[in-house]
Amino acid sequence: MKRLINLKRIEARRIFITYAIVTLAYIIFQVMSSAGLLSSSMRGMLVPICAYMVMAVSLNLVVGVLGELSLGHAGFMSVGAFSGVAAAVLMQNIIPIAALRLTAAMLVGAAFAALAGFLIGIPVLRLKGDYLAIVTLAFGEIIKSLLNNFYLGVDSGGLHFSMLTDNTRLLEGGRLIIRGPMGISGIQKIATFPAGFALTIIALAIVFNLVNSRMGRSFMAIRDDRIAAESVGIDITKYKMMAFVMSAAIAGAAGCLFAMNYSTIVANKFDFNTSILILVFVVLGGQGNMLGSIIAAAALTILPEKLRSFADYRMLLYAVVLIAVMLGTNNAGIKRFFDKLNPFNRFNNNNKDEDDEAGEAA
Amino acid sequence: MRKLLALALAAMLVMSAACAFAAETFKIGGTAPLTGGAAIYGNAAKNGAQIAVDEINAAGGYVKFDLRYEDDTHDAEKAVNAYNALKDWGVQVSLSSVTSKPAEATAAENFADRIFGLTPSASAAAVTAGKDNVFQMCFVDPNQGSASAQYIADKKLATKVAVIWKNDDVYSKGIYDTFVVKAKELGLEVVSDMTFADGNDTDFSVQLKDAQDKGAELVFLPMYYQPASLIFAQAAAMDYAPKWFGVDGMDGILTMEGFDKALAECVMLLTPFNADAKDARTQNFVAEYQKRHGEVPNQFAADGYDCVYAFAQALEKSQAKGSMSAEEICGLMIAQFTSMTFDGLTGANMTWSKNGEVTKDPKGMVIKDGAYVGLD
Repeated sequence: MKRLINLKRIEARRIFITYAIVTLAYIIFQVMSSAGLLSSSMRGMLVPICAYMVMAVSLNLVVGVLGELSLGHAGFMSVGAFSGVAAAVLMQNIIPIAALRLTAAMLVGAAFAALAGFLIGIPVLRLKGDYLAIVTLAFGEIIKSLLNNFYLGVDSGGLHFSMLTDNTRLLEGGRLIIRGPMGISGIQKIATFPAGFALTIIALAIVFNLVNSRMGRSFMAIRDDRIAAESVGIDITKYKMMAFVMSAAIAGAAGCLFAMNYSTIVANKFDFNTSILILVFVVLGGQGNMLGSIIAAAALTILPEKLRSFADYRMLLYAVVLIAVMLGTNNAGIKRFFDKLNPFNRFNNNNKDEDDEAGEAA
Repeated sequence: MRKLLALALAAMLVMSAACAFAAETFKIGGTAPLTGGAAIYGNAAKNGAQIAVDEINAAGGYVKFDLRYEDDTHDAEKAVNAYNALKDWGVQVSLSSVTSKPAEATAAENFADRIFGLTPSASAAAVTAGKDNVFQMCFVDPNQGSASAQYIADKKLATKVAVIWKNDDVYSKGIYDTFVVKAKELGLEVVSDMTFADGNDTDFSVQLKDAQDKGAELVFLPMYYQPASLIFAQAAAMDYAPKWFGVDGMDGILTMEGFDKALAECVMLLTPFNADAKDARTQNFVAEYQKRHGEVPNQFAADGYDCVYAFAQALEKSQAKGSMSAEEICGLMIAQFTSMTFDGLTGANMTWSKNGEVTKDPKGMVIKDGAYVGLD
């Protein structure tokens, strides 16, 4: 019993620290930004960093908590981006306040991505392990191809859409919103850093509450031992689907936020490379470790920009840093060294075994 | 001794002040894909611009440039990052971006920050649309499509036309759309309309068979030269020899490694730049480029070169000062570019409209004996 309470306290502290660090970072950057202390380069990256952090949290729910490898997460980001931006264009006259419009667009993006997650989940979640990973990869590519051939226009007669070629035949004054391979142009850039921060906190709140609920414990039971979980009556497909859809919805909102930060967006942006990039955030930050993946997302987005001064060598350096960090974080000696430095971990020396268990469970 | 030192110092001050008066130095910068799949275009534009900057600085005229290019890997997100890095460096006039989608993203930033942009080669219409301070050195994609159809109809090259285009590419799609509209208007019959995409761009037998079966006399290829080179080779293998017609993306096919030039014999293309032109300026540029980089410059290099010279002309005419902010220069540049005429490697008597599109004559070229020859 005492062990359980201890475990809970460690878990609660971990969650509290995550919220605190994210909020603190937000306040620091917001103050620096308004005081003009941030370079244009940093200021321009604030919103994409938020979007990537949310993506990392979203994928961590599938990879870290549910224990299934998804290689097509950029697909959900894409669905959220396109549907969200289209919604924002349609609502331009209905909702004049930018922040409200952004919120509505993100909700639409999340809803469409959740729908995509549900549809894809039906065949995918009957698989497991490597098979599941490869099928998600295929679905990511399918989403990209579909959006590359999708045309959506609006005119006084309502919404029109067509596939392959533009057969929307818009009336005078109509606007073609999604233009196949040309994507969406002329997006109003309404994504802001505060909105990105709010989305990050919401995503964290959803995932943390989910993980510490009955549902989350079922996820982890499935991850740790599928057969044992099934034997105690956990409906595996149902719980996997829940995690998958929830993760897709969060990714959709992140995609919408990301797209609204640029004046143009194309489906090819959300390709296999983007999926892998997000997976790298998760693996580097630690599977199941939300704070870790958030920090990894921020660091790996800023790193290539900071390496610009190395010109042609920066790609090489980026890879070298990645390898060094991967090796470093998995080295027991270095881990112990950092644990000693960490003031929040001062109880760990007394409760070494509990902490280890918590680390494994998380 | 102290007097002497003071005198020397004073002399130095006067000299440096004199230098500053003699030339105004401007920070000019752009983003380009220097790595990745589109790197040939980015590096060509960068190298062309670098040659122009070196020439201008060596000539010691009114204007001096400090050039900086940042890598955008042909990605809109990275392009905005690269643009911001240039802004931190203190860029005063911008060469925007080399490829279309990144340029669309950075053009919006140019507009918001009031930094004047002149893109060498981003040809999508959306780059300049609705922005009063972003201009293009190249044709807009839609213009290329309609100009090609016009050219084919005017010269009575064919009546039955086939089109093979890349349906996940902004450039190809932009040209295709207007070509088909204009062709219909002019009575050209598009008998075969086939597409390909990234990932299935190595086998064109289906597309070529379709064009052959439907009796197309001319095949229009709005695409870059790598897929075109495969199309030529595969058509030759199946004994299909229609007239071929390309656009400026075809430029560069003759310098492509391992390409049999005989395959491109009699291929026609519309391009603003011809590396074999006989005028002294083009020859000097080609010779210098070959000396530095060991290859014949393509259209992108010439566009980059022209952009820098256009800036030099506009900055000198408007008597802009190197100490001015980007926003002040932006106002001067808008006034200059909408009123001046510019002669460059990619066309004579170029003018710009208020919405930033360039007006210049496309040159019809045909490949004869492995070299471009003027069509007219």
